[in-house]
Amino acid sequence: MIQATALGRRFGDRDVIRGLDLDIPRDAFLLVTGGNGSGKSTLLSILAGLLAPTDGLLKVSAGRGEIGYVGHEPLVYNELTALENLDLFGSLYRVAGRRERAGMLLERYSLRDVRDEHVSTFSRGMQQRLGLCRALLHDPQLLILDEPYAALDAAGSSLLDEQLGELAQTRTVVVSSHMPERIESLATLKLAL
Amino acid sequence: MTRAIAARQYVCDVAVLARKDARLELRSRDTVPAMLLFVVGALVVFHFAVPVDLDEETERVVSFGLLWVALLFTAILGLTRAFVAEREQRLIDALVLAPCDRSAIWLAKTLAVVAFLLLAELIALPAFALFFEPVDGATIAAVLLANIGIAAVGTVLSAVSAASRTRELLLPLLLLPLAIPIIVGGIGASVTDEPAQFLAFLALYDAVFAIISWSTFEYVVTE
Repeated sequence: MIQATALGRRFGDRDVIRGLDLDIPRDAFLLVTGGNGSGKSTLLSILAGLLAPTDGLLKVSAGRGEIGYVGHEPLVYNELTALENLDLFGSLYRVAGRRERAGMLLERYSLRDVRDEHVSTFSRGMQQRLGLCRALLHDPQLLILDEPYAALDAAGSSLLDEQLGELAQTRTVVVSSHMPERIESLATLKLAL
Repeated sequence: MTRAIAARQYVCDVAVLARKDARLELRSRDTVPAMLLFVVGALVVFHFAVPVDLDEETERVVSFGLLWVALLFTAILGLTRAFVAEREQRLIDALVLAPCDRSAIWLAKTLAVVAFLLLAELIALPAFALFFEPVDGATIAAVLLANIGIAAVGTVLSAVSAASRTRELLLPLLLLPLAIPIIVGGIGASVTDEPAQFLAFLALYDAVFAIISWSTFEYVVTE
């Protein structure tokens, strides 16, 4: 699914990632760990196609519509409701039966009761749950999650554990986490930066 | 995918994104009220700034010049806020990742900016007629054409400047030189007896810059 050779990314004079080789087969689960500033978020942004590498070669066998991405921000509009956000992205991702799919995800992530409320009224944890719903809406082949447990409470974290457990069998998943022990058992590959 | 289906999907994407921008403005009411207040305030200030002893023709030319300056600065005010949600919540990443043609983002935003400008001008032109001169059909046609050019170029430049730390400074610096032909065409159409050539000039500007903006937007929002 992902092949990288001598991948590098420089910001000014600083090499954030240097000489990284990766071979992530389809349906693998890559756990990326590392301290602050080690390049985890940069790597995930590069894999998602949001950032171009400055060195090396990268081949990702998933189109834009097949990638689900959650970064440090939940990437949802604060002035729209939860349902309007999912409807917007469902339309842009050409999701068949997007209303039903959105309803199912909102139910699963315990956001059904607040689906018609503006995201600006949500707590950070609720926004993160909605960000996960957005990333999963189009049933992506490649799921890239940057610190997905950040801001989630115990219930939200358990839901995400369950979801990742299901996806790990059938999808390629790349997750960076400060809490690697939480998903270590799912990981088929590990990368320490 | 056939061309017809792709075109229908493109139109659908533009409609969805433009509706989103309109909905965001209706909810936040950040941009249009500010544009309305600014343009009326500017016209009031200009009204008191124009000397009272000018001859009729000079006063007419100066008045229309001030109208076009007020409209341009109002447009800059609106454009500065065009990508606020995408910048502050990094939503441009979510839009860029979607499998739609990225130029659809530009077109939808341009349509939203044109709509906001039209709303501002619905107040600005009667206010101008009240404080300065009556507005004729040629001026209205020029304003409509200018809206397209300003929104087309301004949306791309707004996206460029949104990525910069000095965005509020950068947008006017980039847009003002490119807006000179619009000001020339607009004033020309407003003050001459034969405005057709100036309207044609504005239409040509719109066509050229819309094509350039449409085709370059993808490179602006991606690295």
